[in-house]
Amino acid sequence: MRRREFALSLFAAPVALQAQQGVTVIQNAKILTITKGTIEGSVVIRDGKIVDVGANVMVPPGAKIIDAAGQFVMPGIIDCHSHIATEAVNEGTLSVSSMTGTGDTVNPEDIGIYRALAGGVTTANILHGSANAIGGKNVVIKMRWGKDTPEILFDGAKPGIKFALGENPKRRGGAPSNFAGGPSTSRQRYPATRMGVEDVIREAFTDAKAYKAKWDDYNARTAKGERLIPPRRDLKFEPLVEVLEGKRLVHAHCYRADEILMLLRVADEFGFKIKTLQHVLEGYKVAKELKEHGAGASTFSDWWSYKMEAYDAIPYNAALMHKKGVLVSLNSDSGELMRHLNQEAAKTLRYGGLTEDEALAMITINPAKQLDIHNRVGSIEVGKDADIVIFDKHPLSNFAKVQKVFIDGRMYFDRDQDMSEREAKKSKREKMIEQQKPAAPARPQGGRRPV
Amino acid sequence: MKKLAALFGAALIAADDNFILRNVTIHPVTAPAIPAATIVVLNGKIVDFGAKIALPKNAKAIDGKGLHLYPGLIDSASNVGMSEVSSVRETSDTIELGDFNPQLRAVSSVNPSSDHIPVTRGNGITTSVMYPGGGIIGGQVALMHLDGWTWEEMAIEKNLAMQMRFPSIATSTFSRSFGSGRAPYAESKRRYEERVKLTSDFFEEVRAYKQRKAAGGANFQPERRLEAMLPVVDGKQPLMVFATRERAAREAMAFAAKEKVKIILAGLRDSGPVLKEIADKKIPVILGETLDLPLEEDSAYDEAYALPAELHKAGVTFAFGTFSVQFARNLPFQAAAGVAFGLPHDEALKAITINAAKIWGVDDRIGSIEKGKWADLILTDGDPLEGRSQVKQMWVQGKPVSLETRHTKLYEQYMKRQ
Repeated sequence: MRRREFALSLFAAPVALQAQQGVTVIQNAKILTITKGTIEGSVVIRDGKIVDVGANVMVPPGAKIIDAAGQFVMPGIIDCHSHIATEAVNEGTLSVSSMTGTGDTVNPEDIGIYRALAGGVTTANILHGSANAIGGKNVVIKMRWGKDTPEILFDGAKPGIKFALGENPKRRGGAPSNFAGGPSTSRQRYPATRMGVEDVIREAFTDAKAYKAKWDDYNARTAKGERLIPPRRDLKFEPLVEVLEGKRLVHAHCYRADEILMLLRVADEFGFKIKTLQHVLEGYKVAKELKEHGAGASTFSDWWSYKMEAYDAIPYNAALMHKKGVLVSLNSDSGELMRHLNQEAAKTLRYGGLTEDEALAMITINPAKQLDIHNRVGSIEVGKDADIVIFDKHPLSNFAKVQKVFIDGRMYFDRDQDMSEREAKKSKREKMIEQQKPAAPARPQGGRRPV
Repeated sequence: MKKLAALFGAALIAADDNFILRNVTIHPVTAPAIPAATIVVLNGKIVDFGAKIALPKNAKAIDGKGLHLYPGLIDSASNVGMSEVSSVRETSDTIELGDFNPQLRAVSSVNPSSDHIPVTRGNGITTSVMYPGGGIIGGQVALMHLDGWTWEEMAIEKNLAMQMRFPSIATSTFSRSFGSGRAPYAESKRRYEERVKLTSDFFEEVRAYKQRKAAGGANFQPERRLEAMLPVVDGKQPLMVFATRERAAREAMAFAAKEKVKIILAGLRDSGPVLKEIADKKIPVILGETLDLPLEEDSAYDEAYALPAELHKAGVTFAFGTFSVQFARNLPFQAAAGVAFGLPHDEALKAITINAAKIWGVDDRIGSIEKGKWADLILTDGDPLEGRSQVKQMWVQGKPVSLETRHTKLYEQYMKRQ
């Protein structure tokens, strides 16, 4: 694909290119539709879309049949908070880094994509890090393993931006120190407190509003025929203006109830919405305020105590917020946790007694709503993208594993195929190592890939 | 939970560490499950259990209809109580300075008031192996109940094993200021060789001390640091050797053979031919996190998930350890993940009960439901390995233990907010 086309297709890659042409029928399965209960029957996929679901479906002649007898079919899992498939996560030098974005560094060859697929994840929100009060822009991707950058982007997903509150954005404001974790004098940066984090956000939006007013004025006057010099473009403020106009979703990293409430009030003041609060470990303390604002909550199942601001985290957070009327999803923020979000969802049955449907919604339709892609994915319904996972057991069992994963009707993961190719890959690998030996002696590689 | 407590409450309070529980499915772990069974606990020990057992006269039995009784779960590597908030140094007492600290004891740095203790108990874990870390020899490993007013009351074995981290060639580095990076191989190798030599020298020093001690005489001066190593070099106490990679595991085994010491391998992540060697030498393994990423970019995606099954197939005796504080409560799910990828369910359960007890040499007291053993028990509404199951009641040495935690309290408190 040429560069010009690449730019054009960033948010509008034609679905037809991605989709599997033809008809596939998944038969004899227990289908967990999420939005329409559990059906024993079949899913019919045509040209990448779900065209029929039911106990009795018409099987068109020539359809590819997949027998899922005894198995469980559910919509592809959606992770609302991930940092896989991107070469850079944090632009930490500035307190407002809205001019940056993870979309600029998407790496479609990150093995994390395949591993996520093997855990049933079909869509993920690739967020900027949490080093700054206002961070970079994010992209939503589909795990179209083997495709190039523009093709792994979720065509049509609404753009978003990362905010961050609490310990992470204020860390660089800490006292200069030579100890690990503390900034050196030259790297010290405002803010150092939660007060400062609030101030950075308020100042950025005050400036963004003024910037927007200049452009609004310019646009209004030129529309009337005036010939004017346009205001100078500022890539820092453009995304913030989109936030003010409701065109860009805010995904805000946060922990404590005080900072969560602060952000909601600042957003109210400037007239924009917080689409999701990320982590939101004390969200349960301000569930009422979350609901009133209409903010979604995307949280961990059971992480706690790894920092001071996570000390009041409880594994009942997701269930409590849900019971109080908040739209809740469970995310991973980790290339590993991402691979078993179904097990994380199962924990909401233990901690808070949710139903199976409520638990599964937290990794499918709820994150889809939080990313404004629920018209396309998140449930097994006619007309939606054929993003489908087949598990050998009920996905809320810790003994279940993913067998097959489809995106746009195309099979991107097949456990049987993965297993059968292992021997060949192993011998190929050994051959390559052998070939390298005269040049450089093989030596053990240390460590896991950082995520 | 509350309903159940009300149902049981009166009987339990009256019973202290004596009670009879009937109408439950008993999973002894060492024998097949017994449905509709009864168990009798007297003075904290299991006196009898089975489908048809003779009950003492006037015995007041608790009814556990529909519930399941398992032995308390054992975490074979834990730091619960030794660290509260991992990123806040002031709250953490897991890693000491210095390379050789065999005189250090994990047991006395376990804070019995830690919020992590009840939280970990909440998922059925009654007993944990607490280890110190840092340097090459980190100190003495303790086996502790997750219940007690003091660390002394919690302790089952104050000095169970000696923690050791076998030197390895680590080219990947990580610092919080600069993130991850790579050190040059030659430099890593030189450092590794230096540390292996330090280790050998230390063992030599211990043996020389042993000889000096045996020779006695007026000039003999006891040295606490070396004294602490004597049970190890005498082969009476195992070294709990942390070794992730195949190479470190092989070298640890060679080292153990050379030094004639007993070892338990901890945190092994590699599979392959080394497993046969481990099995042949009958060296037990404490497996770390099952839900982990593969070691290499081109490793099979399920490498870590399938590792427990690989060990089982190779005939290695193993138990699970969480090596964690905040995730210690996920021990049962760590075992369950192995089941999804080929480990027989019974073996997964054994690896957090009886096999753990055997590896640590305490299966005379804990690890299964058997006559004469301590009544360390959990009552559940389903398979404790499943995320959805609830632990309804727990007993440690026959005494009921509260399952209330910081988390349940906050949950109840904030559910009430209007």
